[in-house]
Amino acid sequence: MTDLAHIRNFSIVAHIDHGKSTLADRLIQETGTVQDRDMKEQLLDSMDIERERGITIKANTVRIDYTADNGEHYVLNLIDTPGHVDFAYEVSRSMRAVEGSLLVVDSTQGVEAQTLANVYQAIDANHEIVPILNKIDLPASECDRVAEQIEDVIGIDASGAIRVSAKTGVGIHETLEAIVKHLPAPKGTRDAPLKAMLVDSWYDSYLGVIVLVRIMDGVLRKGMRVKFMSNSTLHHVDRIGVFRPAMQMVDELGPGEIGFLTASIKQVRDTRVGDTITNDRNGADKALPGFKPAQPVVFCGLFPVDSAEFEDLRDAIEKLALNDASFSYEMETSAALGFGFRCGFLGLLHLEVIRDRLEREYDIELITTAPSVVYHVFMRDGEMRELHNPADMPDLSKVDHIEEPRIKATILVPDDYLGDVLKLCQDRRGIQQDLSYAGSRAMVVYDLPLNEVVFDFYDRLKSVTKGYASFDYQLTGYREDSLVKMSILVNDEPVDALSTMVHRDRAEARGRAMCEKLKDLIPRHMFKIPIQAAIGGKVIARETLSALRKDVTAKCYGGDATRKKKLLEKQKAGKKKMRQFGKVDIPQEAFISALKMDS
Amino acid sequence: MADDWQHGGFGLYVHWPFCQAKCPYCDFNSHVAREIDQKAWVRAYVAELERSASELPGRVLNTIFFGGGTPSLMMPETVAAVIETARRLWPTSNDMEITLEANPGSVEAGRFAAYHDGGVNRISMGVQALNDQDLRRLGRIHSVAEARAAFDIARRCFDRVSFDLIYARQDQTPDAWRAELNEALAMAVDHLSLYQLTIEDGTAFGDRYARGKLRGLPADDDAADMYLITQEVCAAHGLPAYEVSNHARPGAESRHNLIYWRYGDYVGIGPGAHGRLTIGGQRYATESPLNPGAWLSSVAAGSGELSRVALSLQDQANEYLMMGLRIAEGLDIDRYEALSPQPLNRNRLAHLAELGMIDIDGPRLKATAQGRAVLNAVILDLMSE
Repeated sequence: MTDLAHIRNFSIVAHIDHGKSTLADRLIQETGTVQDRDMKEQLLDSMDIERERGITIKANTVRIDYTADNGEHYVLNLIDTPGHVDFAYEVSRSMRAVEGSLLVVDSTQGVEAQTLANVYQAIDANHEIVPILNKIDLPASECDRVAEQIEDVIGIDASGAIRVSAKTGVGIHETLEAIVKHLPAPKGTRDAPLKAMLVDSWYDSYLGVIVLVRIMDGVLRKGMRVKFMSNSTLHHVDRIGVFRPAMQMVDELGPGEIGFLTASIKQVRDTRVGDTITNDRNGADKALPGFKPAQPVVFCGLFPVDSAEFEDLRDAIEKLALNDASFSYEMETSAALGFGFRCGFLGLLHLEVIRDRLEREYDIELITTAPSVVYHVFMRDGEMRELHNPADMPDLSKVDHIEEPRIKATILVPDDYLGDVLKLCQDRRGIQQDLSYAGSRAMVVYDLPLNEVVFDFYDRLKSVTKGYASFDYQLTGYREDSLVKMSILVNDEPVDALSTMVHRDRAEARGRAMCEKLKDLIPRHMFKIPIQAAIGGKVIARETLSALRKDVTAKCYGGDATRKKKLLEKQKAGKKKMRQFGKVDIPQEAFISALKMDS
Repeated sequence: MADDWQHGGFGLYVHWPFCQAKCPYCDFNSHVAREIDQKAWVRAYVAELERSASELPGRVLNTIFFGGGTPSLMMPETVAAVIETARRLWPTSNDMEITLEANPGSVEAGRFAAYHDGGVNRISMGVQALNDQDLRRLGRIHSVAEARAAFDIARRCFDRVSFDLIYARQDQTPDAWRAELNEALAMAVDHLSLYQLTIEDGTAFGDRYARGKLRGLPADDDAADMYLITQEVCAAHGLPAYEVSNHARPGAESRHNLIYWRYGDYVGIGPGAHGRLTIGGQRYATESPLNPGAWLSSVAAGSGELSRVALSLQDQANEYLMMGLRIAEGLDIDRYEALSPQPLNRNRLAHLAELGMIDIDGPRLKATAQGRAVLNAVILDLMSE
C-alpha cells in the first residue's frame, strides 16, 4: 500500500513500430524490475499474435519501483493499452485508469493517424502528456522537425520533449524523472466505499478470470465480497496482486493503485470492461461514468473447411467467447457452406485475430465469408431490424428504407500520394470534410460508409501510397442510402455466401468485377458455367467460364501408376476442400477473393 | 476365386537405363555413361529374373518389354540372354510379344536383325518428329532421313513396328500437325504412340519453362484441337485410339501395355523399374533403386527391390479405375466393385454420361473420346475417397 503522493499511473501512446514496447521494456529493465536474465523482447505482449503483429490486443500492466533523483521511492504503474481503433472503447477505459501519458513519436517518421486518435483519447481523459522523441540513434532522426509537427498537429507543447533511444538506453533515466516530476499523483479517498474500475480481464486456466482494476476510492482487500455494478453479481475476492510483470500477491490495494483480483469467476463474459466494482454492502451508490457494453461492428460467417469439424469449431468458438466479451456468435446455416457461425467483431483486426486464433490454437481450417457491417433496415410497418447478414435481407416490398453506418476517417499521407488517396476515398463513396497540411504531409478527413472500408480499404490505401499513409477512423452514426442486396449465381444456383449489400449506383460495376473475379477463381469444369450477378430477379452482369478441354496425362504405363495415383489422391483431397454448389466446386479462397476490388 | 490380376495377364518389364544423350523433355530414368559392362548387366538381370520366378512360379508369361533409356544400345547378346532366361524360368504363351524400344539411328538399325534373331518380335521407335528442325529442338540425335531408313529396316526385320511422335511442340500449328500425322500414316505402320509434349519438372524443358524461356508452346485450345485432329485422322486411316495416346490397327495393340491398363501383374526389373505382383492373394507395388550403380549393388546383395508395399483394396480400385479408363475398352464395373470398398457413385456416373464423358456399355464403363481428353477430371470425379 503506497500513499497517493508516491504513485504515478501512466500509459504510452504510440503508433505501431514507433517503439512503445521497446521503451516499456527499457523502463522495466532500468529500474531493475526484471532481472536481465529474465528479459525477453516485448515483455508485455503475451499472446503470440500480439508479438507477431507487434500490436497489443489486451491491456497489460506492470508495476515499477523507482527511486527518483530526489531520493524518494515511487511506484509507477504502466498500463499498456490496446493500440488499435477496433479497441477504442477499451483504450478509453485504460486511459481513465491513469493520469498521464507518454506520447512516443518516432523521430524519423513523425506523427501518424493512429497516434492522433489515441492522443485525443488521452487528452479527453485530461492526461498530462509527456512527449518523447524516440529512435534518436538513427541517422534519419529529425527531432526539431518532429517536435514542431507535434505542436502543429496535436497542439501540445513539445519544447521539453525528451530525446530517447529506447534501443541504446539514451534518455530512459530522463523519462523516469519526467514521469515523477510532470505527471500528477492520483486522487482518491481511502475511507470512502470501494470504487474500482474494471480495466480489462482475461482467462487463466489455473486462476480463473483475472480482473485488472484501478482503485479510485476505498480499499480492495483479500477475502472481501464485492459487487460488479453493471450486472449486480457478487463475488468473493480470493486473490489480490500486482504485476511486476510476473504476478505478485498483496493483501490490499488502496486508492490510486493498479492491480488484479481473482474471485473464482469462470467466464470473462461476466466481467465487462469499464464496470465498477464496489463493496457488497454499503457500497458506492453511483458507478463510475462511461461504462458501455461491447457492440460488434463487423460480422462475418466462419465455416469449417471440413464440415466434419463443425463441433470442434463450436467448442473453439465457445471457449474463445468465454475469454472475449466483445465477440458475439450465433449459429448460421448456409446452403452453400453448411453449418457455421455468424460472428460479430469490434472491427477487422479483431476479426483477424479471432480467426487466426481459431486456426492456430484450435487447428481448424476456416472459410471466412465477406465481412458485413450492421445495416438498419426500416420496415414499412415502422419496425427497425438490424441486418447482420446480407442473406437475411427481408422481402424488398416490405422495406421502407435502409441505413448504413458511417465513419469519420482520418488519413495522413505524403503530398505525392494525396491524389491517389482522394480518388480512393471518392471511389468508396466518401465525402471530403477536411484537408490540411502538417509539413509535407496532408491530413484528409473523410466521411465514408463503413461498408466501403471494412473489406479491403486499408490494403488499397497501403498499396496506392506504397505504405506511407496512416489511417484511423471512428464511427459517427447511421445514414440512409440507396442500398440493395446483390446475389451471385453460379451455374444458375444462388450462392448465399457471396451475397453482398451494395450501393445501387455501383451494383453493376461491382457485379461485373465479381463475376470476372469468380471466372478466374473457379477452376474449369467438364461443362461451361455461367456466373451471374443479380439484384432481385434481374441479372446485371454475366460471365461464362468455358469448359475444360484437355486434362489428361499423356503417358501412363506401369512405372507411372504409383506416382499418378498419388497425384490424383492429392488432387482429390484438394477438391474435398472446395465447396460444392450443385455440380460446381468453388475453392474456399473465392469467398473472400471475389470481393476484393482492384481499384 | 481367381486373383484380380488374372483379368489383365502377366508381363515382364526390363529397364535399360542408358542413353547416348539425355533429351530435354524426358523425365524417364536414363543416364549417360561412357563404358557399360554388359556382362555384368546380364548377370544382374538373370539374378533378378531368378528371384522373381521363385516368388511367382508357374505363371504364364505373356509379354516382355525392353524399355529405357535406350534399349537399342544393348548388345543383341544381352537382349537374347534375358529372353532366354525368362523362357527358362516361366512357361510362356505361344505368341509371346517381345518389344524393344529403339532409337531410329543407323547404328541401332544395324542391330535390328540380330535382335530379331534373339527373340524380339516387335519394335517401338522413338521417331518423335518428321521435321529435322524440330528433332534438334527436341534434342534428338537422329535425322528424319535416318529415321525413315531405320523404319524401313525395321519393317523388313519385324512383323510389328510402332513409332512415337510428339505433338504440340514449340511453334507447331494444328495444320502442321495434321500434315505430319498424315505423312506418318502413309508409312507402313500399324501402331503409333502420339504424345502431347508435356513439360515435366526436373527436365531441361521444365527448367526453361519455369524461367519463361520455353517459347512458342501452343495455347491450350490449340493443343486441345491437335488432340482432336489426332483422333480424327488416325481413325480415318484405320488406326483408332485404343488408349489416350496409342493408336493401332485392330489386333496390333501393344499387348504388354494393355497388361498395365487392364491392371494385370508385371515384374519390373532394372533400375527404377516398378512392378505389380500378386503373391498369396495380396497385390504388392515394387520399386527398384533409380541409380544404375545402386541397383547393381543391390542385386549383388541379394535383391534389386528397393521397396515392396502392400496395396489396399482401395488403392487397387483406384489404380484399376485410373488405368482402365485410359483404354477404349474401358473397365469392368463388377471387377472394380469387387476391389473397391465403395461402389461407383451412380449419380456421378449419370452426370458424366449426360455430359458425354463416359459410356456404360453393359458390364463395362468406358470413357468416350471426349472424356479421355479430360480424363484426369473424370477420374477425380469417380475416385472414391
